[in-house]
Amino acid sequence: MVEKLYMTGNEAAVRGAVDAGAKIMFGYPITPATEILEGWIAKTVTDKSLQYLQSEDEVASGFGVLGAVAGGAKAFSASAGIGHVLMQDPISMAENMRLPFVGIMMQRGGPSTGTVNFSQQEVNLAIHGGNGDSFRIVYSASSVEDMYELVIKAFNAAWKYRFPTFVLGDGYLGKMKSTVEFKKPLKPVEAKPILSESGKPMWLRNCFSSEEELNTLLNNHIVDWEKNKSKIVESETFHTNGARYLIVAHGLVASAAKETVLKMRSERIRIGLFRPITLNPFDGEALRTAARSAKHIFIVESAYGQLGKIAKAELAGHNIKTKISQISKPAEGYTPEEILAEIKKHNK
Amino acid sequence: MLNTMPKSWNIESKPHLFCPGCGHGIILKQLGFAIDSLGLQKEITMGVDIGCSLLAWDFLDVPTIQTHHGRTTPLLVGYKLVKPKRIVISYMGDGAAWGIGLQNTIHAAYRNNPVTVIVINNENFAMTGGQASYTTLPGTITPTSPVGKPADLGSGFKGPELIRNVAHKDAFIARTTVTNPIHLLTTLKKAIMTQKENNNFALVEVLSICPTNWKTGAKASLDLASEMEKVYPIGEVK
Repeated sequence: MVEKLYMTGNEAAVRGAVDAGAKIMFGYPITPATEILEGWIAKTVTDKSLQYLQSEDEVASGFGVLGAVAGGAKAFSASAGIGHVLMQDPISMAENMRLPFVGIMMQRGGPSTGTVNFSQQEVNLAIHGGNGDSFRIVYSASSVEDMYELVIKAFNAAWKYRFPTFVLGDGYLGKMKSTVEFKKPLKPVEAKPILSESGKPMWLRNCFSSEEELNTLLNNHIVDWEKNKSKIVESETFHTNGARYLIVAHGLVASAAKETVLKMRSERIRIGLFRPITLNPFDGEALRTAARSAKHIFIVESAYGQLGKIAKAELAGHNIKTKISQISKPAEGYTPEEILAEIKKHNK
Repeated sequence: MLNTMPKSWNIESKPHLFCPGCGHGIILKQLGFAIDSLGLQKEITMGVDIGCSLLAWDFLDVPTIQTHHGRTTPLLVGYKLVKPKRIVISYMGDGAAWGIGLQNTIHAAYRNNPVTVIVINNENFAMTGGQASYTTLPGTITPTSPVGKPADLGSGFKGPELIRNVAHKDAFIARTTVTNPIHLLTTLKKAIMTQKENNNFALVEVLSICPTNWKTGAKASLDLASEMEKVYPIGEVK
């Protein structure tokens, strides 16, 4: 059954969390993610099985999530920018202890306080923000519908693979309203108690007394990560078959780029779009397949090469000699026409 | 036979790893006896912080989770929300509770989250080598106060008194000391029962000794602990 609704990205995120089986949210108001906290709290008023805690800061929110998941409940937080920075401490703990933390991060301009509505500068932070080896699953949503589906996927991935999981959006996506059609939601993965109370007590620690002890644990994480990477990666290709030109973009910029592709296709220019849905792990194979026929790749993002570095690393060493142009506009969005103009400028 | 080891201790992790003469051993022994006499071993979940407290990560025979920087309290706040029948104990040092994690201690008390926080005050950052902390008294020589802690860095941080001002009226806030094990035991029991019976926040600061970093022998350590009571008075903070 397909349901047609008119809602914002932040509302879709809340709906996704409910349909994923989340039971509790911990949050601290921050633009442009605040409506997720407000929307979730509104749900707790009518559904008494849902709980929330508006905490004193994002550090407490993150650790609250970890406590709740240790107790076996699906829990999450939503934040942005400087709040996302603060939350990296508990997320590092989740990475070490393999706790299914879920965070919905609505990117805002940075560094620091920056601006409050739009950016794509939290890619590095989401992937590499901890003092570890970046075993985090990071999705990037490019539409309101996408936000709903990816939030459910994020909960499923977090509880199935036990790596901290993010859904990246931005303030435009969070606050814009669009007509959406939700398909039947994915079946939620079951939550299981992590710090079990039955049987012999469990002692879960985050700190180790020897280099060898920690290294052994991390080697297990590496094995799990490598084994499951190919099951986690997702990407979308749009008119890439035989494309001579290829745009690489994620999130809302990818939505604008789709319009650019359609416009250029109408001018008989063979251009396509590769959109990573997971930024980490990254669907390098699909990118390379899309890149093979292209003579010029345009990486377009509202950050200074954060997506670019990932994409270039995936293309390197595979005998792909395509020219690559990086198009960056940190903390500012693109219209389809602006992307078109940039491409024409770089293709001279 | 004299009962020397609490039943709620995890024997496999003994002998413990604290320094000889450390106050943690005395405190964890009375905590074990408190849990035994209340018959609550099966209901307790423990959280321990970093610093020396970390060495208690598998000390008791109860489910335990460890983190850092005083975040043990918000972690257990989250856990308790989804496991309301568990009794949660947040075990940490003065650095965690009164310094780096103070904001979290204050707000758990302010919201009256049903968590029992035990703060071990040994007047220094012991695990990192005895640096001055907020609770170090003026004039004390430490690696970060080589000519004595300057008076203008504060005269000794009174955490429980601060917490009392924001905590719920029925929250139990107290200070006790390793030099008086009976008072220590009674206070810990009351702090656990505050959560168990009334679902209120409880916080106990335990004045402790640190012979390794204080560079004191047995008698001098206990004498110094008694001196501490002049600045940090023992009893319920009302």
